[in-house]
Amino acid sequence: MTGTEVFEAEIALRVNGAERRVPTNWTLADLLASLRLDPRVIVVERNGTILRDRASFASLPLERDDTLEIVHFVGGG
Amino acid sequence: MSHADLLSPPRSVAFPDPHPFVIAGREFRSRLMVGTGKYASNAQMLDAIEASGAEVVTVAVRRVDLDRSKDESILHHLDPDNFFLLSNTAGCYNATDAIRYARLARAAGFNEWVKLEVIGDQQTLLPDTTGLLQATKTLVEEGFKVLAYTNDDLITALRLEDAGAVAVMPLASPIGSGLGMLNPYAIRTIKQRLSVPVIVDAGVGTASDACIVMEQGVDGILMNTGIAAAQDPVRMAAAMKAAVEAGRHAYLAGRMPRREVAVPSSPTTGMLGSAT
Repeated sequence: MTGTEVFEAEIALRVNGAERRVPTNWTLADLLASLRLDPRVIVVERNGTILRDRASFASLPLERDDTLEIVHFVGGG
Repeated sequence: MSHADLLSPPRSVAFPDPHPFVIAGREFRSRLMVGTGKYASNAQMLDAIEASGAEVVTVAVRRVDLDRSKDESILHHLDPDNFFLLSNTAGCYNATDAIRYARLARAAGFNEWVKLEVIGDQQTLLPDTTGLLQATKTLVEEGFKVLAYTNDDLITALRLEDAGAVAVMPLASPIGSGLGMLNPYAIRTIKQRLSVPVIVDAGVGTASDACIVMEQGVDGILMNTGIAAAQDPVRMAAAMKAAVEAGRHAYLAGRMPRREVAVPSSPTTGMLGSAT
């Protein structure tokens, strides 16, 4: 009996290949803010789907076991 | 009469290009496109791009490094209002990955253009032309403007054009090799047979390589390592700019025929002591 089934304060996600735990009520915008990422210079893919509407980040709740890929432009040829 | 009176006043003559550099209906001011990788610093990269005069600059899509993400995006350094950002799919080894990277790049919101690379082999970085054709078809259907990095094979180039690529980008020699153009015959043939612009991508090692590429009549050239790996990348960027312009002029001017016998440049008549 662990008791954790009653209420969990955190959920686990995979972000850029690594597990990351965040508070249950966080939105994508909360996560990006905590990572100090400017939404204007990144692209987020969630569970294989690209999130095109940056305005929706603030109302997009993160779900348990979400897989997020956060990418940006770097130097290349 | 002084010596100067014998001379005409100096003339300033412009040599306009009769064929503007147009890809998919968009005209570009420079035939030299440059990559943004491998520079020692962002400041050096910016100085080199400036010296190159390039308008199109390529960028890659990669994961944000979440442990040190404060200033990594190249957009913090390159103003997208001043350059045309062309994202690539470098590092993708199959069509599925290349398509995914292209979609991510488009979602960044700058344009729907992609320099499509589907690499087939780690040692040579030569393209997987089967995957390339497949990815080109899919991305064209999705509205992308595909500039396809390919080898110097005419048949693949023709098929890429048929698949809807807006430009075909044959290599001069393998990526990062600096070997210059290994097969000018193949490059000329591709240029002669295709209607879409032909932009040579990869393999240029120094300014003379770039000049020789442009002398084949191709529409443009894309390079990265040839500038970034020079001892002085900024000066090499200036050299590449001059070489691309020189090569274009030489192509338009039409070179003299090659002869395997000497032909004197000075008159053979009027020599002292001759009979007439």
